[in-house]
Amino acid sequence: MPHDHPHGHDHDHGHGHPEGFDPHAPAPDFGDERSRWFEVASDVMRDMLIEQNVIAAREVRKQIELMESKTIQLGGKLVARAWVDPAFREILLKDGKAAAASLGIPVTEASLTVVEDTPAVRNVIVCTLCSCYPRSLLGQPPAWYRNKAYRSRVVREPRKVLAEFGTVVPDDVEVHVHDSNADLRFIVLPMRPSGTEHMGEAELAAMVTRDSLIGVAPPRPA
Amino acid sequence: MSTTPALHAGRRFSAGDRVRVLDLAKSGHVRTPWYIREKVGIVTEWTGKVLNPEDLAYGRCGGPAVNGYRVVFDQRHIWPDYQGPEHDKLHIEVYEHWLEKA
Repeated sequence: MPHDHPHGHDHDHGHGHPEGFDPHAPAPDFGDERSRWFEVASDVMRDMLIEQNVIAAREVRKQIELMESKTIQLGGKLVARAWVDPAFREILLKDGKAAAASLGIPVTEASLTVVEDTPAVRNVIVCTLCSCYPRSLLGQPPAWYRNKAYRSRVVREPRKVLAEFGTVVPDDVEVHVHDSNADLRFIVLPMRPSGTEHMGEAELAAMVTRDSLIGVAPPRPA
Repeated sequence: MSTTPALHAGRRFSAGDRVRVLDLAKSGHVRTPWYIREKVGIVTEWTGKVLNPEDLAYGRCGGPAVNGYRVVFDQRHIWPDYQGPEHDKLHIEVYEHWLEKA
C-alpha cells in the first residue's frame, strides 16, 4: 500500500522541514495495523524532544496523569446545576466555557458548546475525523467513541446505533447528530429524569453518566 | 456569541443562509469530511475566527485566521437512503473557504 498514509502529495512542501526529513514520505508498511505507524512516530518524536531538552520525561508523565485524573464528575456538576438553576442553564447553553468557569471548572479547549435535549430533540456527539472530545472537562473518551464503527455509523444510522445502546428514540422525536470535526467541543445537556424532583444537586450530579453527556443513553435514577 | 458590527465585518455568511459545501481538491489535514461535500445546508451560527488547521498542521502559524460556521443538514439529503424520519439532522462546523451560497 504505497499511498496508504495520511498525507497528500499536492500541497506546498516549502514549509521548513529539517533537511533530509520528509514527513510526507509514505509510511512504513506495518501490515494492516496502520495505527501502529503513528504510535512509533509519536514515541520517536517524544524521545527526540526529551533528548534535545525541549521537554522532560516527567512533564510528559505529569500531563498524562493530569489527563487521566479528569472524570465525568465535572460534567455532572454542570448538568445538575443547570437542572436546578434556570439562569445557569441559560448561560451554559450560550457559553459552556464561561458557565463552567463560573463554577470554578477550567475548560482548556477553545470552546464548549452545550446542546440541549428536549421532549422533541435528542442530541448525540461524535468526532468522525478522529476523537475530539472535551477532555479537559470529561477526561479521556471511551474506547468505543474512538472506534471507527461508532464514528462512521452514528452519522449514517444514528437511530440504529442509539438502539444498540438501549436508547430507542420514537420517530416523532428528532435525532440531531453533532460532528465535532473542527474547533467546537460538545456535551449534551440531558433532560432531567422524572421522579427526581426530591433530589438535591449532589444526588442529581451523581446520576449523570459519561454516556448521557455524549448523548447515547439518558441518565436514569438508580 | 458576541455580535458587534466590527466582528461581523468580513464574514461572508450569517445564520439562516443556505450554503453548499465545496469539494476543494485539498488534501492533508483538512477538517471537512467527505460525506458533507457538495451538500446543501443552513448556517446556524458563526463559531469564531481561528487559525486554519489546514495551515497549522504544516507549521504555517502566521494566519490568516478563517471564519467558521455551524451548518445543519437534513440527514435524508446527506444520505439518500437514510433510515429515519425526515426531521433528523446533522450539525457540523465548516470553515468559510469551504462554503458557497446555495
